[in-house]
Amino acid sequence: MQSIVEFKNIFKSYPGVIANDDVSFNIKEQSIHAILGENGAGKSTLVKILYGHVKPDSGEILINSDLAIINSPSTAKNLGINMVFQHFSLFESLTVAENLILGMNEKISLTKLKDKSKTICDKYGFNLNLNSPISSLSVGQRQSVEIVRSLLNNPKILIMDEPTSVLTPDEISKLFKIIKNLVKDGLTVIFISHKLEEIINLSDYVTIMRNGKVVSTISTQNEDPETLGYKMLGYKVFKAKQVSNINFSQEIFNIKNLSTQSKDPFTINLNKIDLNLKKGQIFGIAGVAGNGQKELMEILLNENDYEFSGDIIFKDLNINNLSTFQRKSLSISYVTEERLGQSAVPEMSLSENIFLSMSHKSEFKKGDFINFEKINTFANDVIKRFNVDTPSYNVKAGKLSGGNLQKFIIGREIMSNPELLILSQPTWGIDAGSEAFIKKTIVELSQKGVSIIIISHDLDELLEVCHEISVLYEGSLSNPLNVENINITKLGKYMGGLFD
Amino acid sequence: MVYLIRFQLREDYSNLIFYLSPLVAVALTLFFGSFIFLILDLSPIESFKIFFISPISNSYGFSELFVKATPLAIIALGLSYCFKNNIYNIGAEGQLTMGAIFGGGIGLLFNDSTSVFLLPLMILFGAIGGAFWATIPAILKTKFNTNEILTSLMLTYVALFILDYFVVGPWKDPAGFGLPKSMPFPDAGRLPVLFDGLRVHIGVYFAIIICFITYIVYNKTLFGFKLKVSGLSSKASQYAGFKHKNLIFYTFIISGACAGLAGLFEVSGPIGLLYRDISPNYGFTAIIVAFLGRLNPIGIILSSLLIALTYLGAEDAQLFLKIPSAVGFVFQGLVLFFLLGTDFLNKYRVFIK
Repeated sequence: MQSIVEFKNIFKSYPGVIANDDVSFNIKEQSIHAILGENGAGKSTLVKILYGHVKPDSGEILINSDLAIINSPSTAKNLGINMVFQHFSLFESLTVAENLILGMNEKISLTKLKDKSKTICDKYGFNLNLNSPISSLSVGQRQSVEIVRSLLNNPKILIMDEPTSVLTPDEISKLFKIIKNLVKDGLTVIFISHKLEEIINLSDYVTIMRNGKVVSTISTQNEDPETLGYKMLGYKVFKAKQVSNINFSQEIFNIKNLSTQSKDPFTINLNKIDLNLKKGQIFGIAGVAGNGQKELMEILLNENDYEFSGDIIFKDLNINNLSTFQRKSLSISYVTEERLGQSAVPEMSLSENIFLSMSHKSEFKKGDFINFEKINTFANDVIKRFNVDTPSYNVKAGKLSGGNLQKFIIGREIMSNPELLILSQPTWGIDAGSEAFIKKTIVELSQKGVSIIIISHDLDELLEVCHEISVLYEGSLSNPLNVENINITKLGKYMGGLFD
Repeated sequence: MVYLIRFQLREDYSNLIFYLSPLVAVALTLFFGSFIFLILDLSPIESFKIFFISPISNSYGFSELFVKATPLAIIALGLSYCFKNNIYNIGAEGQLTMGAIFGGGIGLLFNDSTSVFLLPLMILFGAIGGAFWATIPAILKTKFNTNEILTSLMLTYVALFILDYFVVGPWKDPAGFGLPKSMPFPDAGRLPVLFDGLRVHIGVYFAIIICFITYIVYNKTLFGFKLKVSGLSSKASQYAGFKHKNLIFYTFIISGACAGLAGLFEVSGPIGLLYRDISPNYGFTAIIVAFLGRLNPIGIILSSLLIALTYLGAEDAQLFLKIPSAVGFVFQGLVLFFLLGTDFLNKYRVFIK
């Protein structure tokens, strides 16, 4: 097979970072070629260059051995290159067909387009009603719309940026089947991911990138997740394995029959949620994003005095009507999904960000005056104990990388000595080193008797650290599954809403 | 080919430039201001001399500079609490007027008093009047989520009409030849001047004390920290457990009280009675002062002096150059425009595509 795309010495720098450093490799026609790397390894920049979204500082791209100058996405489309982005660009209030026609370069009538789309859907098994509005579709279906939209342009090359990050296990296997069929019919697929098993299951070749450079381009045939992971990171990752055959006894936190009846169409109503957490237990709440995680977290934090029915009980005390401040004073700590702007203020120094979450603690205050000396000492402790890579506590939080900031935030909350720690997406979008460190810290914390709730859409992460997992689906919470002898098929069914 | 001007947030915008941009704005104002004089067939250099140098070339001028700067500084210091909290109280002029009505009302009520307590009581009521007027938009904002810019601005006109009612109605001076003004306050109700024969009064001390307290509050206290967090990110403020509604109340009350204080100082100081035009838009101009001073207490003192100079310069320009004193407002407007511009360009990168 000949190469359809050849990257030759691609170089691209942004202020402060080199995103692509002398990147060269070839992609064979009619193959599934994965690009593997951590967040910030440069894989997104590279495909954006191929798609004409970003201009390289130097280097060439050959398409079918011809030099291609790709100035814009429309040039890319003319060359047969299409891309499905991680974040969808669909109009919520328009129908599927209307969204499809908006992506067309050529002029085409709506009926003709519908015929064409229907053929594609039937052939590859996309389950789409062309007349339903986007707002009524699940995340997986929205992705299908994006893929069909790309296929309508008869592409030769399809780029997919982290397509599985928003899907349930069931949807992922469906997507993989579709991709394999597309390749059989002549398409070349470039697939970006940082999930090792996926890459081995799906792709033929993989290019591994680290710090903007290509480490190697290899066939996936003789690789397993461990060898591939080692190549991606350059070091072995510690796996935090939770010991789960413990008998927990002391109840610490209960949610009883929690429901909401909001009329806002953009929120998910929670439906009779029950949750029971014991001392030293880690409880995972799994599920695809947008199934009520945000709403649940808002109620747990008591943001905006969210209205709900049911009871939240912490250590035999009903905390329904307690403010965030009062809940924190009871030693409940939070790490929210939004790192910058909620758990930390980017414009403020790390010291100030310590006080952000500690203003209920008397040791940092003398009356109404802030004791900055003590806060600085505390900030230094957090930085040292949690390996936060920063020159000083005076650095603004916004300057830290995602992983470093998350270590800082989680470190801050842990050092406030919580009895209950509620984490939302604790390792989302951070580098593998920080991720491993955070997981290890969480496991160790639970062994010291702290109870932890983790809300996450990363199933692997939950399976690694939790004792029990429930799935949140359209506002309902499944019964908990013990991780020790977990039935993955059952978990997959739960994620699709098929509760017992 | 369509050219689009696009703006991109700078990831790393400069703090130094943030504090230097008022100077850049002033320089640009002078540069473009000179064209105004050129258009009017005046020599820019001579005009600037009359506008900015001659007003403060003697002790009387200096005193007048502080007379104008004092209310501007006091109001702007109060406003900075609101603005830091991202609450846009535009109604300081109304709160100033209400302070003058409340405090001045006390002075008229006890118009034969010689007690040393009269002035402190007037000052207290001035602050209460301003704070009272400012709680109205605060209640509307927190209970009904109304836009505080609109409500505080509209209440300004209500306050002006209330003052109008009093000076043509119940409080009209019977010996005032029917003019819309009150009786003069008794001597015990007049603000002491600092030097005989000059109008600069003890309000200057108040401005300095308020500046000092504000500096401490912003840099050392929990309340200042809450304001900073809530101004930067309301979500973070919720995460921290700060009650945003309470902060809205407190900041409105503080800024209202400051404006009320300034209003009382005007009527019991330089003016000495109540009448229609007690303020040459100090309440509005103080908004420019607050931003030009970067919401920093010391910066506000400096910017209040600069803006006060435009008031004096405009008066001199009217006298000596025979141009309308509104030129002063033109300069204030230019400063604000260029300040917003430099801030924007500091925060965003502009490119044409």
